[in-house]
Amino acid sequence: MVAFLAACIVAGTPLVFATLGELITEKSGSMNLGVEGMMLMGAAMGFLAGLNTSSPLLALAAAAAAGAGGALIFGVLTVSLRANQVVCGLTLTIFGTGFAQFVGEPLLGSSAPSEITSFFSKVSIPVLGDIPVIGPIFFQQDVFVYLGYVVCGLAAVYMYKTRIGMNLKALGENNAAADASGINVNLYKYVHILIGGAFCGLGGAYLSLVRMPIWQENIVNGRGWIAVALVIFVAWNPIKGFFGAVLFGGLSILGLKLQAMGFGVSQYLVDMIPYVATILIVIFSTYKKRKESQPPGDLGNNYFREER
Amino acid sequence: MKKILVVMLAVIMAFAFTACGGGDEESGDGVKVGCIFIGSINDGGFTQCMNEGLEKAAEENGVELIKKENVNDGDTQASKDAATNLIDQGCTIIVGCSFGFGPALDELANSGEYDDVTFLHFSGPYQNETNMENFFGSMEEARYLSGMAAAATSESGILGYVAAYPYTEVQIGINAFTLGAQAVNPDVEVKVVYINTWGDAEVEKAAAEQLIAADCDVLTYHADSTATQLAAQEAGIYTTGWNYNNNVAGDQYITAPYWDMSAYFTPTFAAILDGSFAPTGTQPFSSYGSMASGMICIDELGPAVPEDAVEQINEVKAQMENGEFKVFSGLIRYNSGDVLCEDGQELTDEEIWKISGEVEGVTATSN
Repeated sequence: MVAFLAACIVAGTPLVFATLGELITEKSGSMNLGVEGMMLMGAAMGFLAGLNTSSPLLALAAAAAAGAGGALIFGVLTVSLRANQVVCGLTLTIFGTGFAQFVGEPLLGSSAPSEITSFFSKVSIPVLGDIPVIGPIFFQQDVFVYLGYVVCGLAAVYMYKTRIGMNLKALGENNAAADASGINVNLYKYVHILIGGAFCGLGGAYLSLVRMPIWQENIVNGRGWIAVALVIFVAWNPIKGFFGAVLFGGLSILGLKLQAMGFGVSQYLVDMIPYVATILIVIFSTYKKRKESQPPGDLGNNYFREER
Repeated sequence: MKKILVVMLAVIMAFAFTACGGGDEESGDGVKVGCIFIGSINDGGFTQCMNEGLEKAAEENGVELIKKENVNDGDTQASKDAATNLIDQGCTIIVGCSFGFGPALDELANSGEYDDVTFLHFSGPYQNETNMENFFGSMEEARYLSGMAAAATSESGILGYVAAYPYTEVQIGINAFTLGAQAVNPDVEVKVVYINTWGDAEVEKAAAEQLIAADCDVLTYHADSTATQLAAQEAGIYTTGWNYNNNVAGDQYITAPYWDMSAYFTPTFAAILDGSFAPTGTQPFSSYGSMASGMICIDELGPAVPEDAVEQINEVKAQMENGEFKVFSGLIRYNSGDVLCEDGQELTDEEIWKISGEVEGVTATSN
């Protein structure tokens, strides 16, 4: 059971990063549906950098930069040119998929160097790793997973305890009001779209550098879309985002676990659970009119000061 | 001035045409083969293995290959477009290297428009008696041998199998692997996890890890990526490869059942070139390769396989190569208790391709 919960954390880690990235983006009022594309770009560029430099840190930096690069396209289109966000996000997904195939074509079948795989092998944290039950689940993982804990924690502090985080929230709720109060709308939007993209890129890199360090096409395989659903599921809260991602990751391997144990449950049925849960939560939070589970008020709307 | 230009252009074009025609006649081997692949030719798996077989056959027969990679085999129109485009480029042989290309090739072959083109399709039920042949091979032979190697290497007596779908081709492999394993250790247990996709590296790896957690100490797989090998290597247990002899697990690798497609393509291209090509019309496959024909192969055994087992495996392999050994013969029961093969019976290829379910000794709980 402990081993399975530890595996859930691993399965959830790409989702942790992608969910956090989309969450931060949406908090600024931008709905970037290109998560899948940005994850693929991050996966491909992270792998490429890792392969050529053998440096895990450069690989991470390249993955984050590639994700942010994808997000920059989205930012220019929606913030500066005020194009439709849904359309641009979908286009970014298609673009990112093609980009990853283009970059990845010559990499097919090549393995990440041993410097990378050993850097990302499991490390037990002293003291914390020795705690019974909790230790093996949370603190005997790879460095990338620990990075996930750190960024989720930092994001929560940033969003709820800092002035800039409050400004961000205000912006997402009402662009015009935020503008009137002196917040630089375009700057805030760009910064958070880029940060969000960087996290999505890291989520993809977890798959290509840690989980499957032999380059494959379509390594992300729909996980970007799960992250989009997750943001709604966790009601735009980064801490819930972490546990939600681990839950969804766990559900994605629960069917496999049950089969290996000899229980006959359809994987298709298990695969549906996260989405059914998401729909139920959306219905529930709408019905209860719970303020904290509502999407940012101006989500998906482009802001043009002269149109007020 | 204009008129002179027109005349000159016309003359140049006429020369150009004769030049083309002359070239074709002179070389004599200007036959072009159009290949449609579902993936990239360096994918380290199925498409790469197909491509290598084609390259070898093309070299031996002196034909030219024109390749289309990453064609979506779920999209009949895209498959058809790829094929007609290749025919327009002068291909007279079209090879479809995935199950899903079948309907498109079948339609073209029977349309009457392309009677001078020969269509070769890997797997699938489509064939006719003039210009379309489907080919496959008795992979159960190599699976059986890999099962023997796995059972001989295993200490726990529990083997893990990451399988794509509960579908006949996959289940033939599972059953053959299990029968081979039982030939070495009658009490062996084979645990199967169906992942319901042909390829998702992360899911494959997670499935392999769950099998390892369920005490399996040798793994095998029927899915596209090498994720299972990686999971086994990380856990320090043993694994086979699949599709292609690509060891990514070092000393943890015990062997791999794989295809040598040149064993089919080389004689088939030769037959098409000399005009003797004629699809057999045999069901379910017009051409069915085997270990005897050289299409079905097993990779060299890794260092972890015990000496005496190596001998035993080579004995059975020699029998298969002589065509004396049939995997599905004698009393075999499904794990539901139903009889798959009677005592003294030998399943025909047609009967093998009706297998639905897993044999005794397999724990599988799909759906």
